[in-house]
Amino acid sequence: MSEPSTPTPMLELRGVMKRFGDKIVLDGVDIPVAKGRSLVIIGGSGQGKSVTLKIAIGLMAPDAGQVLVDGKDVTRLPQSERAAHNAQFGMLFQGAALFDSLTIWENVAFRLINADGVPRKLARERAVEALTRVGLAASVADLYPIELSGGMQKRAGLARAVVAAPQIIFFDEPTTGLDPINADVINDLIVEQVKRLGCTAVSITHDMASARKIGDEIAMLHKGKIVWRGPASQIDHSNNPYVDQFVNGRADGPIKVEL
Amino acid sequence: MNVVQAVGRSTLGLLRTAGSVAIFAGRGVSATFSAPWFGGQFLRQTVAIGYLSLPVVGLTAVFTGAALALNIYTGGGRFNAEQIMPQIVALGITRELGPVLAALMLAGRVSAAIAAEIGAMRATEQIDALQTLSTDPFRYLVAPRLLAAVLTLPLLTAVADIIGISGGFLVATSTLNFSGPLYVQNTWNFLTSWDITSGLIKASVFGFIVALMGAYHGYNASGGARGVGRATTHAVVSAAILIFAADYILTSLFSGK
Repeated sequence: MSEPSTPTPMLELRGVMKRFGDKIVLDGVDIPVAKGRSLVIIGGSGQGKSVTLKIAIGLMAPDAGQVLVDGKDVTRLPQSERAAHNAQFGMLFQGAALFDSLTIWENVAFRLINADGVPRKLARERAVEALTRVGLAASVADLYPIELSGGMQKRAGLARAVVAAPQIIFFDEPTTGLDPINADVINDLIVEQVKRLGCTAVSITHDMASARKIGDEIAMLHKGKIVWRGPASQIDHSNNPYVDQFVNGRADGPIKVEL
Repeated sequence: MNVVQAVGRSTLGLLRTAGSVAIFAGRGVSATFSAPWFGGQFLRQTVAIGYLSLPVVGLTAVFTGAALALNIYTGGGRFNAEQIMPQIVALGITRELGPVLAALMLAGRVSAAIAAEIGAMRATEQIDALQTLSTDPFRYLVAPRLLAAVLTLPLLTAVADIIGISGGFLVATSTLNFSGPLYVQNTWNFLTSWDITSGLIKASVFGFIVALMGAYHGYNASGGARGVGRATTHAVVSAAILIFAADYILTSLFSGK
């Protein structure tokens, strides 16, 4: 009797390894993410969260292993195919990574104008609409990133990530550097936008409030391996000593802080 | 043994860097000649590299031309050859000092600015953002700068040639009792089109070096603000050294010696 077939994950990291010099950062990481699900990867600093995200989105090549998007191996796509492939991705960077020399609307509409060939007038309309969705006034459109607060920059970064309706969105430490209220607003916006687009989301964070709010599932990365994965609702009952120590923020436990 | 190891390590490091720069240059040139092109970026860089460098290049040229005239007049006097000063000033400016000084000014002003801007973009993940937005950083950042520098430095050099020769003219007519019309006539009759063209060809090559060094060091900057500072220094120093090296090679090629 054959086993029931499982749907192809929208994004899958399979046996991914990465080392920098002698330091092994990722040691055979397997992370499948089902279509329409939101996975949050937690873990301490220097445990390979950012490297995982960069490999998933194609900014870094793994030493071994594969990255599959909707079942297609995209690990070592040539540069010419990479741009087209990235069209299905959106990403909110930790510091928003808005382009200093462009206005907010030009930042938000960057992909539309430069990659998708949307006329500037139409691109501006879509950018302003996206800004409104993340709670920014239309008047912000003509300002430069330097004129915005950190929270507003994050919102603009979110608008840029979702404006082209991507199939997979990546969030890199979305609440870092924000006060608790602004962090909660960003979390709400992320949940709202991911739900509206029906897309798959992968986030990395060490903010547990954020992880609980934006994730359907949570995976913990420690020393280059996934040491636990489960529903977000189970994070406080994982019975995993690494997760317990991390979630409760205790100095004592199996995780040793390297000084 | 340690000395041999050190020499070997340095040689390998140098070769690795040369290879890395060559690959970077190849990608930059390839991006310059294939679509998509970013016309707005090119125009912006043309203004930043060319137009905004006019004052510094002009001032450098006028003072250099004036000083050159005084030195050649003094040196020529030792052989009773003061009267060939206009011709030597013109030759020195068009073939050598115009392109080299304009390029060195751009190495200080433009290489540094390109390295700092692209380095800061690297440090704040803006280059990563470009890639996630389906935009090749080589096409958007590197190609427009390379093209703008290659096209504008010859124009700046042409301006430097005119201003530099004018600097010599001013000194000659105001303090050395040269006749103005005769100075102009001597210069005009002496210069060949190749004197000017060879200087402009050099300028184009120097422009490529200036933009390439700025972009290369900025693109590969690491280590936050300190890394950006280091990239800026490396860009200026390497651009200056390569300009002098290229100057010798091109002069040797042009003179056939």
